[in-house]
Amino acid sequence: MSQKITIDPITRVEGHGKVTIHLDDEGNVVRSRLHIVEFRGFERFVQGRPYWEAPVLVQRLCGICPVSHHLAAAKALDVIVGAGTGHGLSHTAEKVRRLMHYAQIFQSHALHFFHLASPDLLFGIDADPKIRNIVGVARANKDLAIQGVMMRKFGQELIQATAGKKIHGTGAIPGGVNKNLSEEERDKFTKGESPMNPEAMIAWAQSAIDFFKGYYKKNKKFIDTFSVFPSNHLSLVGKDGALDFYHGAIRAIDNEGVVILHDVNYQEYFNYIHEEVRSWSYMKFPYIAEIGENGGWYRVGPLARLNTCNFIPSPLAQTEFEIYKALTNGKPNNMCMHTHYARLIELLHAAEVIRDLLNDSDLQGNELVRTGEKRHEGVGVIEAPRGTLFHHYRINDNDQIAMANLIVSTTHNNEPMNRAVNQVAKSMMTGKKEITEPMMNAIEVAIRAYDPCLSCATHAYGQMPLEISLYDAREKLIDQKKKE
Amino acid sequence: MEKKKPIVATTSLAGCFGCHMSILDIDERILSLIDLVEFNKSPINDIKKFTEYCDIGIIEGSCCNSENVYTLKEFRKNCRVLISLGECSIMGGIPSMRNGIPIRECFEEAYMHGPSVKGHNPEMVLPNDPELPMILDRVYPCHEIVKIDYYLPGCPPRADLIYDALAALISGNELKLPYEVVKYD
Ligand code: SF4
Repeated sequence: MSQKITIDPITRVEGHGKVTIHLDDEGNVVRSRLHIVEFRGFERFVQGRPYWEAPVLVQRLCGICPVSHHLAAAKALDVIVGAGTGHGLSHTAEKVRRLMHYAQIFQSHALHFFHLASPDLLFGIDADPKIRNIVGVARANKDLAIQGVMMRKFGQELIQATAGKKIHGTGAIPGGVNKNLSEEERDKFTKGESPMNPEAMIAWAQSAIDFFKGYYKKNKKFIDTFSVFPSNHLSLVGKDGALDFYHGAIRAIDNEGVVILHDVNYQEYFNYIHEEVRSWSYMKFPYIAEIGENGGWYRVGPLARLNTCNFIPSPLAQTEFEIYKALTNGKPNNMCMHTHYARLIELLHAAEVIRDLLNDSDLQGNELVRTGEKRHEGVGVIEAPRGTLFHHYRINDNDQIAMANLIVSTTHNNEPMNRAVNQVAKSMMTGKKEITEPMMNAIEVAIRAYDPCLSCATHAYGQMPLEISLYDAREKLIDQKKKE
Repeated sequence: MEKKKPIVATTSLAGCFGCHMSILDIDERILSLIDLVEFNKSPINDIKKFTEYCDIGIIEGSCCNSENVYTLKEFRKNCRVLISLGECSIMGGIPSMRNGIPIRECFEEAYMHGPSVKGHNPEMVLPNDPELPMILDRVYPCHEIVKIDYYLPGCPPRADLIYDALAALISGNELKLPYEVVKYD
């Protein structure tokens, strides 16, 4: 009898996404889908609003990485007010924004590691879900839990100092920023009592990497073989191919490292990246136009970034990067679970950049905003914690937004996440008429590696709830399991 | 005999999760909070269905699809006190800016007119699978669907306010709502 299985990675009733798997009469997986069930309509309802509202308005898409949306929108508007892209701003404005953004990467990566990955690492993937969450971590290893809380706090307070608020701030405005960082504000961090200073954060980031390496040593086979598949990779890269979260050109490579997009200008992203619409998901499917819908999909995020960049421009993270690259002989890394490793190297890099920026007197400069000849269209792109984020606006003669297009990080990973689910389903589901606990775990772990916003939402403190329903070919429910 | 801890459940409807993140921004106090209360159904743990009647239900976000309405009603049934956390829950927030715009226009903009799809969707595919929940005609703030007991303003409400409100509810003391927090942002 052929069957259909439904998995709700987020509870059905809370609905942000779910998975369905279809089996044929022999029990083989014929199709699987990750459905994104949320739709807001931002592209349409921001039309008519004055353009300068975009950075504060559109960040309400996501409260987990609002700074990324805030800055991507501001970068698009920099172009519209004639300040140009990236380096067109004053040193003060660019560096204040960078500080805000690296603080965001730092807090988001720390949150992911301590709240999400550490329960798995401490207790093991198969441990009782009741303890496999941050509450369990707090009880089992209070020091680790406190580290996680304080790292997030450090990042959030830096965001507050630069953006005015921890969540949904207002610091970036078209052409620059609305305030600099005073010496007093700076000293709060540079002279902060331990652990609230950059040196302590660097040390903790380093120890998080060591913690992971220890886990990797013991679980090498799992980390190296779980959900591995070749793909293209895409990210921004800075000057000379440096890892850069704030600004750069678009580079894409294939699974062997052959360059597909050669550091192209993102103002013309729509010539290089197209999106496919599928009837069963509100989330679109981007692909590299030149290759086409079938082979043009790619990954973004920490794994992709460490594949596309040539080096990391800070010494401690570069040392770790070299160790990490040696694992694949310098070739692109297509091992899904290594995303966690890559994320921690980025965490260390963010901490180093924060320390250097805080020591830069440009932050106390007074030239906050630059403008030039007004334009009607602009694109802003940034590397958000979860990957490349695109904002594109067009305005009319009344300064109202006439068109908005957004491609968010999780959207780029739509196809890879679908593939990951398919792969797990194929290897664990084939020939089974019943949904097993290990399979639910495996699907959860595969999706979680991408830290998708849809589920990092539910993940933020614990792990992903799953619901699986098994249907026959006539769509009749024959089995249902929930993980509670 | 050990006194039973108050049970708290939380959910995110059509929100951005910023309100939940603001709960996390109570920082070190999160460690004392988990000693003070028991978390039931919430994204913070793995409990999907209510396993017992809860003392406090915290709602982030408004209702923009059929599943949001269902979840909200489940919360009302299973919680003694319901709190609307943040502007989306209280007034509909930013998502309710689509109210007054036909949903079809929102769809067409996202899936047919956008510069990265334009011309690449010749069959004019729109998401319409039965697996996808029904989008409502407009976004409804929570109090239009069920009775709400308390409202905590802000987008998101600041962490101190959330902590103080929970502490007040648990201890039975009155919450001081300072003038400067009663605003949108
Ligand atoms: S009130 Fe603000 S922070 Fe809370 S969910 Fe809505 S947009 Fe996000």
